Amino acid sequence: MNEIIDRALDAAERAGASYSDIRLVERENETLSVKNGALEAAESDRSAGFGVRLVIDGAWGFSSSAVLEADEAERVTREAAGIARASASARRAPVSFDDSPPAVGRYVTPIEEDPFSVSIDDKLGILLAADAEMGRVPGVSVREGFLDSGRERKTFASSEGARVEQEIIEVGAGIEATAVNADEVQVRSYPNSAGGQFVAGGFEAVRAMDLGAHGQRVGEEAIALLDAPQCPTGEMTVILDSSQVALQVHESCGHPIELDRVLGQEASFAGTSFLTLDKLGKLQYGSELVSIDADATAPGGLGTFGWDDEGVPAQNVPIVSAGRFVGYLTSRETAPVIGQRSMGSSRAWSWNRIPMIRMTNVSLRPGDAGSLEDLIADTRDGIFLDVNRSWSIDDRRLNFQFGTQVGWLIENGRRTQLVRNPTYTGITPQFWGSCDAICGVAEWILWGVPNCGKGEPMQTGHVGHGASPARFRSVQVGVGRW
Amino acid sequence: MVTGALHDPEAVAAILERALANVSGAEAEAVYSAKDHALTRFANSRIHQNVAEHDAQLRVRVVSDGRTGVATTNRLDDEGLREVVARASTVCARAARNPQQPPLPEDGVRPHATLGWRDATAATDPEGRAAQARAVIAVADAHNLEASGAFSTEAETLAIANTRGLRASESSTEARLVTVLTAQDGSSGYAQATSPDVAAVDGDAVGAEAADKAARSAGAGDLEPGEYPVVLEEYAVAAILEYLSWIGFSALAVQEGRSFMELGRQVMGENVDIWDDGPDPIGLPSTVDYEGVAKRRVDVVTKGVATALVHDSATAQRAGTVSTGHGLPAPNVFGPLAWNLFMAPGAVPREELVGRLDRGLWVTRFHYVNVVHAKRAILTGMTKDGTFLVENGRIVRPVRNFRFTQSIPEAFSRIAAASNSTRLVAAEYSGISARAPALLIDRFAFTGATAAEEAA
Repeated sequence: MNEIIDRALDAAERAGASYSDIRLVERENETLSVKNGALEAAESDRSAGFGVRLVIDGAWGFSSSAVLEADEAERVTREAAGIARASASARRAPVSFDDSPPAVGRYVTPIEEDPFSVSIDDKLGILLAADAEMGRVPGVSVREGFLDSGRERKTFASSEGARVEQEIIEVGAGIEATAVNADEVQVRSYPNSAGGQFVAGGFEAVRAMDLGAHGQRVGEEAIALLDAPQCPTGEMTVILDSSQVALQVHESCGHPIELDRVLGQEASFAGTSFLTLDKLGKLQYGSELVSIDADATAPGGLGTFGWDDEGVPAQNVPIVSAGRFVGYLTSRETAPVIGQRSMGSSRAWSWNRIPMIRMTNVSLRPGDAGSLEDLIADTRDGIFLDVNRSWSIDDRRLNFQFGTQVGWLIENGRRTQLVRNPTYTGITPQFWGSCDAICGVAEWILWGVPNCGKGEPMQTGHVGHGASPARFRSVQVGVGRW
Repeated sequence: MVTGALHDPEAVAAILERALANVSGAEAEAVYSAKDHALTRFANSRIHQNVAEHDAQLRVRVVSDGRTGVATTNRLDDEGLREVVARASTVCARAARNPQQPPLPEDGVRPHATLGWRDATAATDPEGRAAQARAVIAVADAHNLEASGAFSTEAETLAIANTRGLRASESSTEARLVTVLTAQDGSSGYAQATSPDVAAVDGDAVGAEAADKAARSAGAGDLEPGEYPVVLEEYAVAAILEYLSWIGFSALAVQEGRSFMELGRQVMGENVDIWDDGPDPIGLPSTVDYEGVAKRRVDVVTKGVATALVHDSATAQRAGTVSTGHGLPAPNVFGPLAWNLFMAPGAVPREELVGRLDRGLWVTRFHYVNVVHAKRAILTGMTKDGTFLVENGRIVRPVRNFRFTQSIPEAFSRIAAASNSTRLVAAEYSGISARAPALLIDRFAFTGATAAEEAA
């Protein structure tokens, strides 16, 4: 490995690079899924390679290869140099960075039980037991369970002298019951939709989910939804469960605070941002109850690490403070635009992708509204919406529309009628401005999002969002004709 | 750009044979997928990201007594091949038995396919890509616009071999240029060109189309959301077709009761024909699926009636039929996928569609489409990069972007006219392509607008 690093950095210097770095990455993933009591998928994936990034004539070049040999490192570096020279033919100001000091060190995700040491039999046993619980409910047409384990080992070295080694370990699991009739398809999931809950940690996190204990409930609720009335339409008080608040944070806060989006670097693909530079420190993003942090040091988060992929240490920075917008996610190239040093959110999906600004753990701080049941009891009329089903937001991250798997009407402080196909829509600052209650720390969960798409070629980021259930007033619910 | 060995059919075949030689006492499938991909990305009228990757992956599926294990690696030396087969075999041995496991396909030995391969695309170098970016930027400069976008070239090889004698492989190329040109007031225009042949992608033309749209979009104003007659450009229609494919055209979605498709039922208007046809050279040709089965044309909607579904081996076995060549990589929990879509053109010249609108909207494309209700095929998303109010057959002014929430089978039952031309559109990231006409639809539901944003 040292020879590959040395050959790449030396070749970059000889090619005239003013800066260069190399990342060597080895990833392994194990994916298991069961469906209707049978194994549906068992897969073991391994991928390894390296990527060289450099600046020549003030412009970027990057190339990558799966062939882990010193000669290949030199060839790839020469290719990256040629690419950088082509970039220089269409550049304005030369690329420049902040003065983050070069990092040296090692980080390993703390775990209790290595997920790769747990046998496939044991893992399947957990999924099949949960499947059997769902199977107790007559009429469930599809029962599914998922269990993922991942490990990434990576080494980062730069021409500035940085040398960082990291080992990130992640697990995820979930179950899902689907019920159908002639007109409807209804799904309930636990702990979350889209494969369940994902954390940076060991297999102890999967065991703690206790999937089997929730199998029968999700089956029963999927069946009940088939005959539930359609969600009503109108302005309502809405309470979101913590996983839906987390996704709301992801889409309407996490993405628009990415400084590369703000600076137009994603304009043709992911979009831009309504949080333009003039709004920093000035815009009232939400109510005074709303405070949001980007914390790459939070235990268990998919956005938790030792250093980002530019060698900047993990940090916790405020994004929204008492409703006021105060911070961006930044990289070494973008941070100087706002007069700052990078806060360390530049990460790459794998060896064959460049680092770009990705969320860390962008989380809503807990409030003082007690438990979810306390919050419902404090709400005269409204609707409680639980677990995401659908999401869409415009390219500036203002006009959003979400659907959830289930809604319960709230009448006189009590959860009453189950309703199906609930949706809600709004404009980001108005929505967060209507937040008048956030549940307490006991309800706060750090959710993992392992499928955040951004960049060209596409990169699938792993990010985290902590949230407690929260209440929002005068929200448009029940969109469209049904 | 191309690392030749990644796409040499003989070398690739040898890798597959060496991998299968490591299997004993079980059926097995080896799938090789290699990619030389390079992308030059520009924003704020400069190249800001410029990348290349070279990778080849081997996916091994071992099947024994109803048990299946899959493993992948991108280490393709002898040790790597032994190791990946051993991992797949280990997973297989420990996997629970699936009585519905279909046998691996038997589709014989077919010659290496190159229908979608163009040497010029594979040979495009960084300067060639930068030249296309500069062409778009020059158009933007001439119109006082900021250019963003990406130009990518790709050479890809897919090869499949299994222990039942199937041997199939294909190499293909793709060049794609996408741009959004933006004015200072935020108005924008979009254009895309995609082809197997880099020579068919013209940066000047793509830039000019986007610049024209951006100029027309300047000064967009408010308009009340509601149901409007609408002209959807080919970009918008293609996005809809992409999502219909995700949620509806798959046999698995129908078998599980999740799809709006019900074979034999009138699901759209009689003037709607939709099919999938990988080998058609006017699309992005693809002749083999990830199980090695030859792709066949499948007419999914004919005169508005749901007439057929796409299958892989698993859904075909359940339905008592044969795979149509739409399998995804094993282990595939998603089911088959139609990814070479076509929608039949109509009889109206494209430029005359707007003339048939008394009062309605012209939509260039949609952004961030997603599924609200799969069974009713209700989709939502935003309009983007050119939305216009039309009155008395003429575009009168640009309007701010709308959110739509609409059942697509209902909307496609109200198509008043389709353009007599089609356009090939590649989806942003799914790999699905669609050749589609522009459509005039009598009523389309716009349920929200961005007009309130500045008041926030």
